[in-house]
Amino acid sequence: MADAAHIPDEAETRARWGGFAFTDENLAKAKTFISRYPEGRQRSAVMPLLDLAQRQVGADTQTQGWLPVPVIEYVAAMLDMPYIRAYEVASFYTMYNLAPVGRFHVQVCGTTPCLLRGSDDVMAACANKGLVKGKTTPDGLFTLTEVECMGNCANAPMVQINDDNFEDLDYDITTRILEALAAGESPKAGTQIAGRHTSEPEGGPTSLKAMVDANHDYRGEW
Amino acid sequence: MSFDFLSDKDRIFTNVYGFQPWNLKAAEARGDWDNTKDLIAWGQDKIIDEMKASGLRGRGGAGFPTGMKWSFMPKESKDGRPSFLVINADESEPGSCKDREILRHDPHKLIEGALIAGFAMRARAAYIYVRGEYIREAEVLQAAVDEAYEAGLIGKNASKSGYDFDVFVHRGAGAYICGEETAMIESLEGKKGQPRLKPPFPAGAGLYGCPTTVNNVESIAVVPTILRRGAAWFASFGRENNKGTKLFQISGHVDKPCVVEEAMSIPFRDLIEKHCGGIRGGWDNLLAVIPGGSSVPLVPAAQIMDAPMDFDGLKEVGSGLGTAAVIVMDKSTDIVQAISRLSYFYKHESCGQCTPCREGTGWMWRVMERMRTGDADISEIDTLYEVTKQVEGHTICALGDAAAWPIQGLIKHFRPEMERRIVEKQGGGLMEAAE
Repeated sequence: MADAAHIPDEAETRARWGGFAFTDENLAKAKTFISRYPEGRQRSAVMPLLDLAQRQVGADTQTQGWLPVPVIEYVAAMLDMPYIRAYEVASFYTMYNLAPVGRFHVQVCGTTPCLLRGSDDVMAACANKGLVKGKTTPDGLFTLTEVECMGNCANAPMVQINDDNFEDLDYDITTRILEALAAGESPKAGTQIAGRHTSEPEGGPTSLKAMVDANHDYRGEW
Repeated sequence: MSFDFLSDKDRIFTNVYGFQPWNLKAAEARGDWDNTKDLIAWGQDKIIDEMKASGLRGRGGAGFPTGMKWSFMPKESKDGRPSFLVINADESEPGSCKDREILRHDPHKLIEGALIAGFAMRARAAYIYVRGEYIREAEVLQAAVDEAYEAGLIGKNASKSGYDFDVFVHRGAGAYICGEETAMIESLEGKKGQPRLKPPFPAGAGLYGCPTTVNNVESIAVVPTILRRGAAWFASFGRENNKGTKLFQISGHVDKPCVVEEAMSIPFRDLIEKHCGGIRGGWDNLLAVIPGGSSVPLVPAAQIMDAPMDFDGLKEVGSGLGTAAVIVMDKSTDIVQAISRLSYFYKHESCGQCTPCREGTGWMWRVMERMRTGDADISEIDTLYEVTKQVEGHTICALGDAAAWPIQGLIKHFRPEMERRIVEKQGGGLMEAAE
């Protein structure tokens, strides 16, 4: 099981987040989420609502957001479920942050497929930029987490930073990405190998070559 | 005899690399949503019969025949309960990265498949459970679902078939265990994802207590093409009992890792030579392969080289096809570390419900780490093996088995390497270390 997070002092968080409510825009989104489940089953929406709330906290704090206790209470109340059931969900899934994170949440995959392709070098590049696993840099910019397989194995090693994946990394590329982010730039997401598009073999696909330049319809050849 | 490689015209996922847009217009031009109404007009029984005849076995790892799974669903609701289709897009098995390509590059194949499969099993809606980390992928899928609604392809009178069918996207939030079907159902109900005891099976009581079938993304996304081209076409690929085409995902120490659709039963050597540029450093440099994602035991080089990549072929070498996530390891690999890292994965992902798994995964990882550095006694190799046997088969879901098998595979094939480290660390001969 994942290690438990250090949950910040409650009096302080209550003072800051006690009045949390969704913005109008997020309230509309929340209603759309709830409408996807049968009537009386609104509790199914707890996951998307916690994610939405975390994102709103993130927007308020210029970070990737987290879930202070009063925010979880707000979501639970909206779905008419006991707080503890919502907290149970928030603490079970790793993507809910129970403690604040930085502006960039750097999630390096360290599972075997990435390990074999050099995730240690990615970790080393992070370390040399001052990132410490499980911690946020003093300037509040980067939080480093080692995560489990992210499902980009044919483009390993990789890191997910906020909502984007950066793939086919090495030490130097990782360093450049971190520097670009710190400088306020938006480095290109996806594979970092020049000329590679997504998960085709490097140097060009060995199949479906007609698809590269045109939206080929193969039905005529059936 | 050289293998008959799959030709492009027989590939189902023609936009797998995303060179072309994923949107409805482009998907239709490639052949998706082509008179779906006609396929639905076949009726439930004919669709299921055709799927059975195609030989399609579930692409999520277990390989259960898809058509048969659908036939377990009730033909009529005696008590008014609706039925549901849940599509497993919680792709988290280390090595697996195929559903991602379907979600972000060919989402309309999945949505059309959801409608046809949902109709065939008399479901009122499909929930597509996408792993939380697939953020961009879920955005594309949701946009594709919105397009399909707008075009009348799903929703009320879906594709003018007279059948009402909804498709909803549900995002997870980072829990490997939710790929287990009953944990996925729990998660969809807004709970922590802990597997349920079976029975009851989901086909009897699944999501919200209603009849439910859980299918993998790839299993559903291939359905429209199989029906259009016929079961005989799909069954013309692969060996008996291992039919069809399959998305293979090759990672690790090959020259060019990739995702590629090939015919089932392709020999390992051909798969690697044709699509991956060979083994890094040549075939003599191959150490071992995990052929089906982290949960299946590794296979040493000599045994895998000419093995057919299918369910039965990999079973014969003591492993499995799993999700066809092929993790290749060359001789530079610290094999004990590679497996120990998987042990850490299972420790991290254990949901904590069953004691053998909750306690066992952590224990096995800690011992594996000592095996990695050689800080162990040789007798502990047997103890470790015994503990894997205590975990295996004694938990509600297969995560316990999945944590045990990689270690069992390591001990079976690389015991001398484990012993060597222990002896070396202790700076003495084998006899000394054994005392």
